Amino acid sequence: MFAFLTGPMLWLSFAIFVIGCAWRVVKYVRGLDWQLDRVPYGYYRELAVKGALKSIFHWLTPYGSRSWRLKPLYTAAFFLLHVGLVIVPLFLFAHVMLVSERFGLSWPTLPAGLADALTVLAMAAGVFILLRRFALPEVRIITTAHDLWVMAISLAPLLTGFVAAHQSGDHSGWLLAHIVTGEIWLIAIPFTKLSHVVLFFCSRAQIGVDFGVKRGGQRGRGIVW
Amino acid sequence: MPEGIYCNKQPITTDEALKALLSDTRGKKYYEEMESLEVDREKLWSSIQKTMKSRMKTWLSVCARCGLCADSCFLYLVNDRNPEQVPSYKIHSTLGEIIKRKGDVDNAFMRHAMEVAWSQCTCCNRCAMYCPHGIDIGIMMGYLRGLLYSQGFVPWELKIGAGMHRVYRAQMDVTTEDWTETCDWMAEEQQDDWPGLEIPIDKEDADIMYTCNAREPKHYPEDLAEAAILFHIAGENWTVPSEGWEQTSLAMFAGDWEACKLQVQNVYAAIERLRPKRVIGTECGHAHRATVVEGPYWAGRPDGQPPRPYIHYVQWVAEALRTGKLKIDPTKRIKVPVTYQDSCNYVRNWGLAETAREILSYIVEPGYLREMTPNKEHNYCCGGGGGFNGIGKFRPQRNKALLTKRDQILATGAKLVISPCHNCWDAIRDLEEEYRIGIDWSFLKPLLIKMVVVPEHLKPKDDDGDA
Repeated sequence: MFAFLTGPMLWLSFAIFVIGCAWRVVKYVRGLDWQLDRVPYGYYRELAVKGALKSIFHWLTPYGSRSWRLKPLYTAAFFLLHVGLVIVPLFLFAHVMLVSERFGLSWPTLPAGLADALTVLAMAAGVFILLRRFALPEVRIITTAHDLWVMAISLAPLLTGFVAAHQSGDHSGWLLAHIVTGEIWLIAIPFTKLSHVVLFFCSRAQIGVDFGVKRGGQRGRGIVW
Repeated sequence: MPEGIYCNKQPITTDEALKALLSDTRGKKYYEEMESLEVDREKLWSSIQKTMKSRMKTWLSVCARCGLCADSCFLYLVNDRNPEQVPSYKIHSTLGEIIKRKGDVDNAFMRHAMEVAWSQCTCCNRCAMYCPHGIDIGIMMGYLRGLLYSQGFVPWELKIGAGMHRVYRAQMDVTTEDWTETCDWMAEEQQDDWPGLEIPIDKEDADIMYTCNAREPKHYPEDLAEAAILFHIAGENWTVPSEGWEQTSLAMFAGDWEACKLQVQNVYAAIERLRPKRVIGTECGHAHRATVVEGPYWAGRPDGQPPRPYIHYVQWVAEALRTGKLKIDPTKRIKVPVTYQDSCNYVRNWGLAETAREILSYIVEPGYLREMTPNKEHNYCCGGGGGFNGIGKFRPQRNKALLTKRDQILATGAKLVISPCHNCWDAIRDLEEEYRIGIDWSFLKPLLIKMVVVPEHLKPKDDDGDA
C-alpha cells in the first residue's frame, strides 16, 4: 500500500496535475478571440507584455494592489494560506530530502521552526477564510459547496503533514493520510477551482493586456489594473 | 403568446416600426406583452456556445467567491450593502445560471435577469480593478445584455434606441438633412459675434473631423456652436461629415451588437471618405467608448484602432491649452469651489484622468479645485451610466443610485461640477432636481468660451461708423 501510494500513485498524481494544468492553459489561450473579447491580442506586443506582467506582479505582491490594501486582514490570510500551500511544501526539509534521495537533486530548505510556523499560520488563515465566508453576508451569498470542498482538499495535506511530522512513535497512519490527501489535492487542481494555480496567471495577464493596450494603458502613468 | 406586437425578438428596422413602438406610452403594452414572451431556449444555448469563449468561461469558473468585488460596487454600497448587489452574485445568479441550465430558463427568469442587467449594473468596470483574478463583471453584464436583447427582454427605451441607430444611424431621429441644416443654422447664428465662423461640412483632408452626440443637434444645438467657436479661436482646419457624424451608441447599452456594428461602420466610412488627419469626439463618455474603444472590434479591425487617430474632447482641449492654441485669461478663471466628474468610459476605459487635471490646472484658480473621493480611475459611476439614465421602468432604482454621486459632491463642498460627459451631465442635472443640493454643472465648452482670450483679428469689427 505504502509502496503503491509513494510509487505509481504519486507519479500518476503528478502526471495528472502537470498535464491537466497544461491542458487548462492551452485551452484558455486557444479559446481567446480578439473580436469577441475585444482585445487586440496580436498587436502591440511590448505594451501587452508590460501590462500582463505588471498586473500579475502587483497582485502577487502582498498589498501590491489597491484592493489588497483596502482589505488588510483578508490579504494577510490570503498570502499566509498561499505561502503555506505553495512555498512551504517546495522548501520543506522532508520533501527536499525525498527528492534528493531518489533523484540526487537538492535545494535550500526552510528551517524546521519556520516551516512549522508557516504551516500553522496557513491553516489558521484557511480557517479564517472559511469563517469569513459564513460571517459576512456579501461572501455568504456567493459561497457554494464547491468552495468548501476546495478549502477542505487544500487544508487536509497541511493538517496531516503537520501531525505526521510531530507525532512521536508510529506515525505511518498520519503519513499515509498526508500522502493520500496530497495526491487528492494534486489531482483536484486541474478539475476544480484550484485550477487557478495556472488560470490566475491567464486571467490576470488577459486583463493586464486588456487595460494595458486598449483601455488606457497607452496613456497610462503607472496605473495597476 | 410566443411574441408580442410591441415586445418581440425582432429588431426595429423601419421608421414605421419605430413610431409604432414609440406610440406605446412608457412601454405599457410592451412590458405587458413581455410577461408572456416565449424564450427560445435552443437559440439561447446555441448562441452561448458560439460566442462564449475561454475568457468569460474562465471568469465564471475560477471566481473564488472571495467577495472583494462587493465594496468596489457603488450600487452595492448605496443599496445598504444588500448582498444581492454583490457583483459576483449579480452575474452568477443570471448569466451563470443560464449557462448552468444550458439555456433552459423561463420567462420570469429572463425578466429578472433583465432587471439585474439594466438596473443593478452600469457596466462601469470598477469591479475589474478590485478582483484578484481580474474578472470584469461589467463586460459579462454587457454580454448578458446581448443575450437578453436577442430574446426580446430589453427595456423599452433601449429597444427604441437601438432601433434609432438601425434606422437613422443616430440615437434620435436626426436625418442627414436635419443635421446639415442645424450646422448651417448654428454657423449663421454666430456670424455677428464671430465673423468668418464656419461649420464646414464634408471638407476633405482637414486636420480634424468632429463627431458628436445626436442629442446636441436635436436638443441643444448651442453645443455644436460652442465647438465651432472654440475650433475657430484655435484656428483649426476642421470639418463635420454629413453622414457618420453621430458618435453615440444606445445599441451598445441595449446589447444590440449588430446595430453597434452598423453605427460605427457609418462613422468609419466618413473618416475614410474625408481622410481627416484625426477625429475628435464631443464631450461624451459612452460615445467615446462605443466609437473609439469598442467600435474597432465591432467593425472587425484587428489592430483595435479606428481608421484614423480618434481622440476625446478633453484630449483636444488639453492639447490646445498646452500648445497655446487656446489661451485662458487668468482673471476669468473659475473662482468658486469646483469639482470634476471622471466619466467611467474615458477614465477607466481610456486613461484620461491626468489629461483632465491638466485642463483644470489652466481653468481653475489655484485652491478652488476640490477632488472627489475616490477619484480618477477609482471614481464611482455618476449613477446613470450604461443606459440607466434613460430607462423609465428603473427610474426609482436610478434615483437611488444617484445618491453616491450626490454624497461625493456634497463632501467636496463644491458649487460647480465639471463634467465632460453627456451621461454624467444628465445624472448630475437629475440629482440636483431630485435632491436640491444647490450645485451647478457644466460641460467644458461653455466654461472655456467664457474665459478664453479672443485674438483681435477674430473679434467683430466695430461698425458704428457705417451706421
